[in-house]
Amino acid sequence: MKGMTIIVKKTTQLIAGIVFLYGIYVIVHGHLSPGGGFAGGVIIAGSFILLILANGSDFINLTREETGTTITENLAILFFLLISLAGMLLGAKIFFNNWLPAGKVGELISAGVIPLYNIFVGIEVAASILTIFLALVIFKEEITK
Amino acid sequence: MNSLIPLFVAVPLAGAFLTMILARYLKNINKYIGLLVMLMLAAMSLIAITTARGDISVCKVGGWEPVNGIPIGIYMVLDNFTALLLCIINIVGFLSIVYSLTYISRYTSESNYYALFCLMVAGMNGVVLSGDLFNIFVFLEIAAISSYALVAFGVEKEQLEATFKYQVLGGLASLLILFGIGLIYWKAKTLNIADVKAAMGSSPDKVHYMLIQLLFLCGFGLKAAVIPFHAWLPDAHSSAPSPISAMLSGVLIKAVGIYVLIRIFFNMFLISNEIAVLITTLGALSMVIGVFLAIGQWDIKRLLAYHSISQMGYVILSVGMGMILLARGTNPEIASLAIAGGLFHLINHAAFKSLLFLNAGAIEYRTGTRNLKEMGGLARYMPATSATSFIASMSISGIPPFNGFFSKLIIIIAAVMGKFYLLALIAVIVSIITLASFLKFQRYAFYNKEHAGEQRNLKEVPFPMVFSMVVLGILCVILSLVAIPQVRDIVLTPAINVLTDPQVYTSTILGI
Repeated sequence: MKGMTIIVKKTTQLIAGIVFLYGIYVIVHGHLSPGGGFAGGVIIAGSFILLILANGSDFINLTREETGTTITENLAILFFLLISLAGMLLGAKIFFNNWLPAGKVGELISAGVIPLYNIFVGIEVAASILTIFLALVIFKEEITK
Repeated sequence: MNSLIPLFVAVPLAGAFLTMILARYLKNINKYIGLLVMLMLAAMSLIAITTARGDISVCKVGGWEPVNGIPIGIYMVLDNFTALLLCIINIVGFLSIVYSLTYISRYTSESNYYALFCLMVAGMNGVVLSGDLFNIFVFLEIAAISSYALVAFGVEKEQLEATFKYQVLGGLASLLILFGIGLIYWKAKTLNIADVKAAMGSSPDKVHYMLIQLLFLCGFGLKAAVIPFHAWLPDAHSSAPSPISAMLSGVLIKAVGIYVLIRIFFNMFLISNEIAVLITTLGALSMVIGVFLAIGQWDIKRLLAYHSISQMGYVILSVGMGMILLARGTNPEIASLAIAGGLFHLINHAAFKSLLFLNAGAIEYRTGTRNLKEMGGLARYMPATSATSFIASMSISGIPPFNGFFSKLIIIIAAVMGKFYLLALIAVIVSIITLASFLKFQRYAFYNKEHAGEQRNLKEVPFPMVFSMVVLGILCVILSLVAIPQVRDIVLTPAINVLTDPQVYTSTILGI
């Protein structure tokens, strides 16, 4: 896949970092404000997709990136499961139990394990959307070859 | 057991995602993970059915207690009916995984296969365990989507076509189900099955709930391939890899189709005579049309797939007869006998139909063809396959020492006692036609000497495949024991009580 002109490349380089940070902001404030893991994850995936589209990438790089995103995605789900299973071992011994202290309403570090769930959902969504995108690009590259 | 219920879903999910990571670095780890996960689930389901004994255990996920008597969290319910389905899913799943060990090595990307298999099992376990409608929908989609991918696993032209058809009709079914769930939420303001039942008792809105029942009947009927909605089944079940065909035909249509139909029509809606008659008619139609479509087939797996429709017709017919008798309220004993016949046939069908699909896979593995006309004389080269497929064929046609006979007998006795003489007659005739079509299968595949000379390199399939087939064959014989009252009291009777007495289900879950 070829990249675009230098204007597009420079603009996306400037924007992508801000988009990425905004995604992280949405994820970590998931328990306080609208948004959360899914919305933030999509925004993070968007920042990566912007960079790939603008700068282009060769076939080998694309497949390597796809391996990375697949592993990240699976790890995120496994951690999610681990946290929920930890509820069966700690505290009230119930699946999906909120076993961390709840903290004060409105503070960033509060609500027990819910922010952790949000973070792993965010990683999962970002990685899986990126995987789908990369799979489609790789498919197109294979056909044009 | 109570707090361990979520493990039925969590273990296969963990297995699926672990497979995807570890299989990149360690060779053959996918097989071990798949085997271990399914072995653990099979053991857990056996423990569940022996310890249930008529109790209904409820697991409130996240520990969310009801507020003012209104359930607000996700409920997972394990009663005897669920335990029965869990046993079917996980034991057939375990045997299919064992069979896959050698069978699936012909395909590329094995790790994807094991991961999708675990996901499908997780989805089905979730459907049968979940106590509210929306979670049934979510888990149903997990099971359905992974089965779409598994049907297309060979990535050849006919498989892609079959999976496309399956996806379009499956998507339509999901749409109808979701629409029905939305309509329920509109009126009842809740999605918990027991709570909907309680809310519906006081509601005067009969027409609204009738529409919902029809939507669910169409939606889950599509998933269960009842006759007007059956178009996807023969394609999808025949072009999937054989262990997956066994899972789809032996388990999936029961877990996401028949189970949910029975559960919601008995435990959620008030049983009405109109719907009961409709269900019985659909069952009788499936039974008759399915077997007539099957008898002309020359492709083994298509023949078996059409027989799945016909045999599911028996289950739906007998459950429908039970519903009619319960709606009339005159003789509940015969109603529970009819339901017993249906559930017994459900178990038996899981055993013999998965065995038949595994046999078909074994034949295809050695001869490379599914066409009956190109086979013949296989009994000499493949004795285990031949013997087990003989057991399964006799079992599905209802020949005495095997399990299919007893369940069909109970269904026919219930039909006669409930004064449904025509239905009893149809059931007998369909059984005879089934026998005819399986004698054709036996003769052309195993005994006809016509092509025997050409097939010199034939031998028995590898050990894991033989192991699964033999275990299922033994199960086909052992399951006849369920007809004995002592065994029936452990396995079947508590499950029937859950269905015939919905008040107990509602009050246990709501804690009234």
